[in-house]
Amino acid sequence: MSEPRTALGGAAFDGFAEVREIGPLGMITLRAKADVPGLAEAVKAATGCALPAQRRIVTQGGKAAGWMSPDEYLLILPYAETDAALAAIGAALRGQHHLAVAVSDARAVFRVEGTKAAQVLAKLAPVDMARLEPGELRRTRTAQVAAAFWADGEGFTLVCFRSVAGYVMGLLSHSAQAGSELS
Amino acid sequence: MSTRLSRGGRLIDRSATCRFTFNGRSMTGHPGDTLASALLANDQLLVGRSFKYHRARGLVASGAEEPNGLVNMGSGGRFEPNQRVTTTELFEGLEAASQNHWPSLEFDVGVVNNAVARFLPAGFYYKTFMFPRPFWKHVFEPVIRQSAGLGKAPKDRDADRYEHAYAFCDLLVAGGGVAGLQAALIAGRAGARVILLEQAAHWGGRAPVDGDVIDGKPAGQWVDEALQALAKMENVTTRARCMVAGVYDHGYVLAEEKIADHTPGDGRPKKRLWRIRAGRILAATGALERPLSFAGNDVPGVMLAGAMRDYVVNHAISPGDRTVVVTNNDDAYRTAIALKEAGLEIACVIDARAIVSGALPAKARAMGIRVEAGRAVVKVKGGKRVTGVAMGLQAGEGAVLEEIACDAVAMSGGWSPVVHLWSHCGGKLIWDEAQAHFRPDATRPPTNQDGAPMVHAAGAANGALRGDAALADGARVGLEAAQALGLTPTAASPTAEVPEEAAMEAVWIMPQGAGPQLRMKMWLDFQNDVKVSDVQLAAREGYESVEHTKRYTTLGMATDQGKLSNINGLAVLAKSLNAGIPQVGTTTFRPPYTPVTFGALAGESRGEIFQPLRRTPMHGWHEAQGAYMEPVGLWRRPYCYPRGNESHEAAVRREVLNTRNGVGLLDASTLGKIIVKGPDAGRFLDMLYTNVMSSLPVGKCRYGLMCNEQGFLSDDGVVARIDEDTWLCHTTSGGADRIHAWMEDWLQCEWWDWQVYTANVTEQYAQVAVVGPKARLVLEKLGGMDVSKETLPFMQWADGTLGGFPVRIYRISFSGELSYEIAVPASHGAAFWEACVAAGAEFGAMPYGTEALHVLRAEKGFIMIGDETDGTVIPQDLNLGWAISKKKADYLGKRGQERTYLASPDRWKLAGFETLDGSVIPDGAYILAPGFNANAQRNTQGRVTSTYFSPTLGRGICMGLIRGGLDRIGEEVEFNTTSGGTVKARVVDPVFYDKDGEKQNV
Repeated sequence: MSEPRTALGGAAFDGFAEVREIGPLGMITLRAKADVPGLAEAVKAATGCALPAQRRIVTQGGKAAGWMSPDEYLLILPYAETDAALAAIGAALRGQHHLAVAVSDARAVFRVEGTKAAQVLAKLAPVDMARLEPGELRRTRTAQVAAAFWADGEGFTLVCFRSVAGYVMGLLSHSAQAGSELS
Repeated sequence: MSTRLSRGGRLIDRSATCRFTFNGRSMTGHPGDTLASALLANDQLLVGRSFKYHRARGLVASGAEEPNGLVNMGSGGRFEPNQRVTTTELFEGLEAASQNHWPSLEFDVGVVNNAVARFLPAGFYYKTFMFPRPFWKHVFEPVIRQSAGLGKAPKDRDADRYEHAYAFCDLLVAGGGVAGLQAALIAGRAGARVILLEQAAHWGGRAPVDGDVIDGKPAGQWVDEALQALAKMENVTTRARCMVAGVYDHGYVLAEEKIADHTPGDGRPKKRLWRIRAGRILAATGALERPLSFAGNDVPGVMLAGAMRDYVVNHAISPGDRTVVVTNNDDAYRTAIALKEAGLEIACVIDARAIVSGALPAKARAMGIRVEAGRAVVKVKGGKRVTGVAMGLQAGEGAVLEEIACDAVAMSGGWSPVVHLWSHCGGKLIWDEAQAHFRPDATRPPTNQDGAPMVHAAGAANGALRGDAALADGARVGLEAAQALGLTPTAASPTAEVPEEAAMEAVWIMPQGAGPQLRMKMWLDFQNDVKVSDVQLAAREGYESVEHTKRYTTLGMATDQGKLSNINGLAVLAKSLNAGIPQVGTTTFRPPYTPVTFGALAGESRGEIFQPLRRTPMHGWHEAQGAYMEPVGLWRRPYCYPRGNESHEAAVRREVLNTRNGVGLLDASTLGKIIVKGPDAGRFLDMLYTNVMSSLPVGKCRYGLMCNEQGFLSDDGVVARIDEDTWLCHTTSGGADRIHAWMEDWLQCEWWDWQVYTANVTEQYAQVAVVGPKARLVLEKLGGMDVSKETLPFMQWADGTLGGFPVRIYRISFSGELSYEIAVPASHGAAFWEACVAAGAEFGAMPYGTEALHVLRAEKGFIMIGDETDGTVIPQDLNLGWAISKKKADYLGKRGQERTYLASPDRWKLAGFETLDGSVIPDGAYILAPGFNANAQRNTQGRVTSTYFSPTLGRGICMGLIRGGLDRIGEEVEFNTTSGGTVKARVVDPVFYDKDGEKQNV
């Protein structure tokens, strides 16, 4: 079998912040009500993370669990571990109404890094970047497409749909051009 | 003549020189100049021609209110029309050209309009629209088109880039004068998140120009210290060259920042549009001086007194050797004093007030300046330039007492607060009798969603005109705004020392008894050529509303949007109507405050990122093959893959025939894929689809239709049962997001207690259709799964590994051929496609595009959402009754379809058509019926929905809707054609090829 290819093959752009496509990452959409028995165990089994609170993302050693809506979670893990994680979720939630599907290939993931990385996002997303808290998962839009991002290390991790990866890379590169710093 | 003084100029840097051109003439200025001040330094007083009469126009103002100084700037990709010289910073290499003149600025043929001004009165356009009608088309319009128009439209692609940025704050302060600075200091110290924006490149507003002293320091020094203090506050952001354009509901503010306007080509964005969400907005936007209405007030050399002071103090410009100041207030004396102190002569201060007693007039008199009280300018002498004024009594009718030679006139009719930001969201104004202006009524502010005031006005914008009052008002309102934000600010009380000023006196016409001859030369709107006489005529003709008068006369409709003319115009209107000014009121203030360039509004969305472009994992391969791409929603899909010089038409024929006779490959990744899972999923799908999906066995596929509540066909696709409580619904390529949202809408809002989850996994999979009699050979070549008819029959699916790829194969067909649609994780999509191409090579496999897809499905009579449907078609119209369950109690659309109109046997229904001559019926053609309707249009009985040349059959084939549908089979009908004729066709079965479906079931 071929190696999985990301949408942009790891494209990168260096401006006043560094933008690069990362991945492939394993991702699972898990839909279940927050009070379903076994949910926390399922999330733990898949990612090693605790169940995230509203609008939060819990990260731990390359894995993460994010709150997407009152009955939806985004689980992030190494690409190759997706099937095993799905099986673990299925076991933990056996008999409970839920939906868990792999969406690893439906997404593109970017890192925006540098001391002024927040300014790149401030040009594209109607988000109060100064008030974005550590561990906050922000579902929003970048210009004309849906996106979600959170602060992580020296920058931000941004997730969008795979088909618009080129558009989002274009947005991020345009916004990160040297000389266009907001301050 | 105007020239540069040998000393002074607080904003210019004399150590450096900027070269620029105006109408091709080389000129020089200094950094810190505006284009306006640089033009004046080069004695270029004449900057344009007026819109209607093409009268010579000089600079009147020094800021955003300037009506005349509009130029074409730059060239090629940096050409921009209608650039205001007073707000354009000078830079090395600037190119400017005046507008609206022909053949030259100095000699303009349009000026003959001036001589025939009586033929172009107020309401000229409306009058000629009405009568005589032919005159408009043949006489007036050609002439107006020749002479009207301001800047030229740019021809080249914009060389610059633009962007947006979002910002959030507790308090947005608009205006960096002393009031705005003071308010920002108070709110900033109280801990509020403050954004302070100033439209100009320099801070401080009028105070430094007017020589105010604040806390014992020159105003300029106080401004610098305030800025330093603000810079130290992490919660405060200041931004110059950033104009607040508009205030919108919920504290939303748009502002335009000029970044590289004055440094073109330095690689930075030219402009940035700020989209700001503010808790409160503080409008400290200052005030604008009003002209006085005297005859000849538009002659070049007549300038606002405050503007003339700006040019002298800021840029060391002498507007002329000998200046007459005409005023109704004390402030204009500052100009006389400033000019005198700069070594220039003041011929006279003509003051309309009978008694002149303030401190500033006293100082002027002490300096030896002649002051004439109770006097008026009867008219200005000169054509392209002021040569003198005729003075008379303000109380009189225009008898000339004395002619005074001069080469410049400074006028001041008082100051009007800039109430735009207060007014954009509905803040109300009150008429201030003492200062003769409208100012914000603090008791009726624009309110927020919680009913609290959204905008606070401060300083001159609030009617606190004098320096000390403006500063104190800034402090007061800053405190008030910070408290409104729930903070506990500390009051500040800086003191400004400014001279006492005596009361101004409202003067709307000068002299007050001026007759018609003089009134015809009193300009209100300098750019649109609206005069006192025009507004009076409008009043006589019955225009009572200020909004109607504005549109009838075009007063305030030029690019300056009436910043100078509004109050004077409505005062004249009020007098003509014998009404009070507050009763007449103002026209509506709408955003933007000054024009915002389209580039800034577009922001980043141009070129490659104009619009999101969705790409499948195989997109790059298609492009590398030279595929001709077409938009499908936001996707780009290959329309066909031309080889060499092959035409698109030939490519489509080749692709169709190769698929029918051999094997074709289609990138079907865009197909919508939605997982529906849960104990109630079957029940849910039975409501969504017109047929039964709950009974579908695991491992099988079924075609289904979805309708909206009205019963109209909305989407279609194949549903696969994955396991006991999981289904996968394929939707159309364009319908995936819409149908997913539709599902969630029903689940969240109506059937919230049903246990169903959905997930849109469209992009998780790349999907490849391997289609044609040799399709199975290709899959067998790839190897790894049994794809025989016995193991994987038609309308079943199977998971497995094909050529080493993890796949799910659906045996479904949209072509009527043996067909496998193979889903593979998108990250392997490109590799899998390449593997299919390689495996198919020996079988002659070729990729085919969307047009071949359409032809193949039309040959089989398969409907296409968007072709056979248009939102007014129900499944029954398309003979799809077989896909509608008769057993189900309900499904979305069922009741809609039972309405009499939709159940009528007279509806147009689907049939096939074959022309008698084998030709292709044009797209969009109608089937003619005898006779004509009430509008003398030909009656119709049907229309084309899909029409193609069928390479398989070698003739045109057509699907369409016709009254009676399949009952009409065998009849001959006539379609209209694009050339105006008709074409005869026979009604046939819409399944043109392989009616029994044997080819797909092998």
